[in-house]
Formats: sequence, C-alpha cells, structure tokens
Amino acid sequence: MDSNIALTMRGICMTFPGVKALDNVDFTLKKGEIRALMGENGAGKSTLIKCLTGVNKFEAGEIHVDGIEGPIVNKDTMDAQKKGISTVYQEVNLCPNLSVAENLFIGREPLTKIGTVNRRKMNQMAAKLMKDLDLDIEVTRNLEEYSLALQQMIAIARAVDMECKVLILDEPTSSLDDSEVEKLFGMMIKLKKQGVGIVFVTHFLEQVYAVCDGITVLRNGTLVGEYTVEELPRVQLVAAMMGKDFDDLASIKPEGTMDFSKVPLQIDAKGLSHAGTIKPFDLEIHKGEVVGLTGLLGSGRSELARAIYGADRAQTGTLKVAQKEVKIKSPIDAMNLGMGLLPDDRKAEGIIGDLSVRENIILAMQAKAGIFKKIPMSKQIEIADKYIEMLQIKTASKETLIKRLSGGNQQKAILARWLATNPDFLILDEPTRGIDIGTKTEIQKLVIKLAQEGKSLIFISSEIEEMLRTCNRMAVLRDGAKVGEISGDDMTQEGVMHAIAGGAHE
Amino acid sequence: MKKLKINSNSILLLITIALFVAMYIAGCIVYADKGFTRLQTFLNILINNAGLICIAAGTTCVMLTGGIDISVGSVVAMDCMILAVGIEEWGWKSQTLILLVLVIGIVFGVVQGYCIAYLGIQPFIVTMAGLFFARGMTAVICTDQVSIVSDEFFVKLANFKINMPFGAYENKKGILQVPYVRITVILALIVVVLIFLMLKYTRFGRSIYAVGGNSQSAELMGLDVRKTKMKTYVLASFLASIGGICYCLNTMCGTTTQGTGLEMDAISSAVIGGTLLTGGVGNVFGTLIGVLINGTISTLVKSHGKLVSSWANIVTAILLCFFIVLQAVLAKIKESKKA
Repeated sequence: MDSNIALTMRGICMTFPGVKALDNVDFTLKKGEIRALMGENGAGKSTLIKCLTGVNKFEAGEIHVDGIEGPIVNKDTMDAQKKGISTVYQEVNLCPNLSVAENLFIGREPLTKIGTVNRRKMNQMAAKLMKDLDLDIEVTRNLEEYSLALQQMIAIARAVDMECKVLILDEPTSSLDDSEVEKLFGMMIKLKKQGVGIVFVTHFLEQVYAVCDGITVLRNGTLVGEYTVEELPRVQLVAAMMGKDFDDLASIKPEGTMDFSKVPLQIDAKGLSHAGTIKPFDLEIHKGEVVGLTGLLGSGRSELARAIYGADRAQTGTLKVAQKEVKIKSPIDAMNLGMGLLPDDRKAEGIIGDLSVRENIILAMQAKAGIFKKIPMSKQIEIADKYIEMLQIKTASKETLIKRLSGGNQQKAILARWLATNPDFLILDEPTRGIDIGTKTEIQKLVIKLAQEGKSLIFISSEIEEMLRTCNRMAVLRDGAKVGEISGDDMTQEGVMHAIAGGAHE
Repeated sequence: MKKLKINSNSILLLITIALFVAMYIAGCIVYADKGFTRLQTFLNILINNAGLICIAAGTTCVMLTGGIDISVGSVVAMDCMILAVGIEEWGWKSQTLILLVLVIGIVFGVVQGYCIAYLGIQPFIVTMAGLFFARGMTAVICTDQVSIVSDEFFVKLANFKINMPFGAYENKKGILQVPYVRITVILALIVVVLIFLMLKYTRFGRSIYAVGGNSQSAELMGLDVRKTKMKTYVLASFLASIGGICYCLNTMCGTTTQGTGLEMDAISSAVIGGTLLTGGVGNVFGTLIGVLINGTISTLVKSHGKLVSSWANIVTAILLCFFIVLQAVLAKIKESKKA
C-alpha cells in the first residue's frame, strides 16, 4: 500500500434483502486529506460508512488501513476505533453529566497504583489535549455547560486522541450555526495538517467547496467517481449526484406553456414554516396547475408539502384554500378542505400491509366520513372495483392483502385511496419512485389528466425529466428553504440543475 | 488551590445540607427541654436508620444508572425472617446465617440484574416481581413474629455499644450518661464511605454515571453498559442484605410486615439528597443527608408528642415535592443558559 494513503476500500458489495445497497464501490482517502462523500439519500453513503465501521457486514471487497497489514474487517465500532477509524455523528455521543476530561478518557482513564481512577492525571492530560487543539475549555466542568459545537469538537478530540488515522464526520454541521461551522472547519484543517484523513459527509454543497480537497460521489449504490474539488464544479456535482451526464443533456422545451394568471388560486400560502424542517415560504397554486417541487433529497421538498397539509403543523404564516383563509391543525382538517397527500415513504406512511386492497383504497374516504359513518360494503366494493379498473392495479382480487402486491401496484392503490376522496388539491411525493417505467408513464399521464379536470397538484420527484413533462411550474428548494421558482423557458434540465446547485452569487 | 465550583448539581446538595442543619437547629430550639440538643438524639437517628442508610446507598447507585429497585424493602423482611427463624427454629449459627443472607442478596441481585440488563425488561417490573417474591418467601418461611433471643453472638452484637469519647453528661439521678452508637452505625458509615469512593474513583463508579447520563453514548464510547447495569443491581441487592442485617440487629425479630415501604424511604432519601430519577446525577453523601432529614422529621414529630406519626409522611411528601420542583427548575435554568 502506498505510504501516502490512509484508507482504501476496494470493490465493496453489500445487499439488503432485495436491494443491492453497494455494488463494487471503491473509496480512497489520502493522509491529510478532507474528502467529501456525496450522494443523495439512498445512494449508499451511510451504508458504505457502516461497512467501514463494522456496523454492517459487507459481502465482498477489501478494506486496507494505513499501518495494518492485509485487509481488515471490523466487528463493531469499537473494533474500528482500535484500528484507527473513528466516527463523530451529528448527535454528540458523549455523556452530558460527566466532566469534559471524563468524556475524553472514559473507559481508558489513567489509573493509580491501586487501580482507582487518577483524576488529577486525567485532568492534566485532558487540558493538554484541549490546548493542542486550541480549544478554550475547562476540562473539569461538566460537558453540558458547553455549546453543541464545542461538544462536537470535544467528541472529535476524543476520536483524534484515540490514535485515529481516519476520522469520519457524519453530517457534523447540521445543527451548528455559521460561526460554529467556521470553528469546526478550523479544527478539521488543523487535523488535516497533522496527517489525519477525514471523510466528510454532508448535504451542504457550499461546505464541500469551503473545506474539502476531494469529492467521492455515489449514486444508487454505485461509485460515480472520485474527483478533486477543482475537477468537479458545483453544477457537475449535482449532475453526478442526480445521475445526468451534464454535457449530454438534451434541452427540451416543455410543450406549450399555459397561462394561469386568470385562473383562480386553489392554494395560497404566505410565510408558512415549521421549525427545524422548512423555513418560511410563499407558494401559489392555481386551479388545474401542476407545481413541481425540486431540490436535492433532504432539501425540504417533502417538508414543504407536509407543512401545507398539516402533517407538520405550520407555526407561522397564513394559508388560503380556494381564496378562504384556513387554519390546518392536522391532516384531517386538510382532508376536509379537499386535500390529499401521497407520502414518499409508502411502507412507513402509506400502505397498511395487513389490510386488503379494498380496505386500503377506502381508508381515506372512511377517515373523512368519520369512524361512525361506516361506508356500506356495496359502496366499498364499487369504489374498489372502479379504481382497480381505472388505474389497472394488478391484484389477484380486491380482497388480496396489499403487501402481496408489487411496489408499483401498491403505489397505485394509495393513489386510488386519495382519488376516492375526490380531492381538489393533491400532493404526490415521489409517486413514481421504485416502479417500472411503464407504470411511471401511466402515473404521469394520470397527473396531467387530473390537472385537466381542474384539480391542483404538487408533484415531487427526484427525476427532473419527469417533472419537466408533468409540471407547469417548479419551485426550487435548497437546505430547508424555498429559494426560487422556475417557469416557462427556464424549465430545462440545465435550468433546473443550475437552480438546484445555486451559487455564491445568489 | 482548587477552585470551588458551584454548578446546579452541587446546589441541590448544598440546599439539602442547609435544610438538614436548619431543621436540626430548629428542633434544638423548640424541643431543647426534651433533650433534642443532646448528642444522643442525633446518634439515635443514625442508629434507627443504619439499615436504611445501607439500602439507600444501593438505591442511589441504581438510580444513578437511570433505573429503580423497589424490591429492597421485601429483601430486608426476608433477611430478618431467615435470621430469626434460622436462629430460633433451625438452630443455625448466626454467623452462618449472616453469610447465607449476604449470598441470597447477591443471587437476588444477579437474577434481577440479568433480567434488566440482558433481557431488557423494565427495572420497575422486574424489581416489583422481586418485591412480591421476597415478601411472599418471608411468609412462606414463617407467618408469626419470631424474636431472636437464643444466639449469644447475635445478641451481643446487637447490644454492643460504642461509646463516644465526648458529650457525656450526668442525668437527673446523677448517673453518668455516655453517648453511644451501635455497631450497625459503623457498618452503615463504612458502606457510605466505600460507595462514595467507589462512585468517584473507580471505573465501575464512573461507568454508572456515564450509563445514567446517556447509555447510548456510553455504549459508543466503549463501555459495557449491560455489565455495568447488572453489577449495579447486584450491588443494590447486596447492600439491601447488609441493610437487612442492620435492621434485624435493631429490631431483633422477623415478621412478615417488616420493612414495608422501606424501598420508598430509600428512594425519597436519595431524591431529597439530590439524586435525579432520570439518572446520571447525585451522590451517596447526599443520600446520607436525605436519610438524616427523614430521620429528623420523624424525631421532631415524636418530640412534639401529640402529633400522629403519619405527620412525618406528610412532611416528607412536601419535601419531596419541593426537591422535585427544584430539580425541574434548575434543569430549566440550565437549558435556558445554554440556548
């Protein structure tokens, strides 16, 4: 192994039941390098890290770490730490009730001759460690007396002191403010100079360019490429993450833009927000209009929709539905106002696996009617049959348990559930994820048909092409805020990618 | 010189100490004529609560991990009954029985600790089962009250007085009264000191705090959380057995109702002494003060002479509320300081 290399992973493969989570992934980290590990949610970033730290067992491939002969396999995180691979998570994993010194040394405290903890020596060692890292921290104080940022740095100090060669920072900046991020970066650069290799996992693009030397991009469990920062400007990075070869993109204009300015508004949100998920945003949706929400995963697309729908109760702002101001406290209010939400995580939020297709379809309708007004069985059967026919849901019968259906058909069944309530406004969050191309097209067609019937829709998808085909207008989100809208001639692959990537000039 | 740090945790302890001192001084002023100012009154509080001090020391350790042990009162009853019946009916030597009781304590702790730490069952449920089991066993061994009279060693131990080198006075009849403590008090104070040192200066002790502070973090920092929990419950049951022996030396009998609610006294003493129910904060010295406060309250009520002893419970209840509210307020202040 090259003496300049801190860590190499070669041909890592890992399967979860039914999914190839990692397929032949390589990763190289030099000594004294800060390398960003990028990719959308589900790209395999965390799986790769977990394989490295011993949380997940990988099936094929080799991991080499500087200073250890031959490939290594870590049993658990402790084992990984012993081999010089430490991880610091977004949530600080220390004990708030113990002193800083104890947090640094617990489990490996210096002992006196009679086997008790040598507190004085421990405090001296801790003070020296803090001084080496230029941290102004009194080590005998309790950890909880320090800010989250300092706690995180103490966690890093602990990791570094344990002879770490590879430091993994998993979304460390998510809960820090700008000045705290600066401090953290200062520390990262200091460690880099000491020769520690740092893997930096983040979804903030700006931070990648502020501090990293290299970028490794994953997509759908495969390696897209290992780049230096200079090689991969922002827009190309977004393209790499989303899976579009930027140069090959064909610029297709959307066919015939419609003018909605004279059509009445169905949804008019002003300054809605939900603390911690989505910053205040304005959004207008006309009757018969399809508005796309675009942005990287985790940029706040689903969260914006949830704030309108009342799944996350909006804390500020006003919402008008069909020109009337309303207060939505919970999804049931939203349903009564003619809204529907098809959630993106259909396993967790959508389907109820042990109920039949029929029961799943009438669920929202029944909820809207109230539990005391049971929908008569004949009506239920009629509705179920109608939508199974209309959406061509492939099922043995309407009484088949929904978990026996394929993903695409489950998705159609949930769509049927909302269509059955005859909503005026429907939010579709990733309705086509993980389903085959044919079904995708059907759902896209259905969206356009619903819009033509005068319904308003929010369409959320990671596939820009699909959005361009179905949406009249697109709202762009970045880092939990709505940052702009695209319509008309700007609605091209390039335009959207530029908008998502943003830039320093904005 | 080391600077004295005052954080919210030591505030709780300081308030407890101040409260105890204030309460005791108040007692001395109001009940001076009833002998409250005498050293022996204070020593009697220690003598009466020696068992509780041992038990509460164990409860404190368990609470520091964020757990709870409500079986200890019944363990005391079982211990007393084994000692009484063992001596009087089986004719065993008290030394053997003391050893047996301690071993039973450890076994009891191992079973409870295993269920809690390794099977992941709620500590409340596990120790509640322990509570019923030990109380039931007590009655199975014997349903009558058995007084201990026939074992020479045990009787000697119980009557052994350790005289204080100071504080002697002559009573009205002119007889010299020397203040004394029982051997149980010495035992209890040794337990407190050992547990205090254990919690502060050993890896096991610090692990207890780490587990109570954030067990997930403790795990990630490489501590064996389950083993720590297990050992803590064993320690608590073992100390409950030592407490049971002290208790028996005080009462010299075994009955099925002995030590009823003792676990609650232990928990309330720990809480008054500054131990957080959520774990991670507190120390055994505070618990000792907590026991003394509880003891002082009942002595005060007794000194009044006309009050029903239940008033002691009411005062304890008020104090508990006060301390829990205080803890919550301090936690809020801490939170707002950070933000």
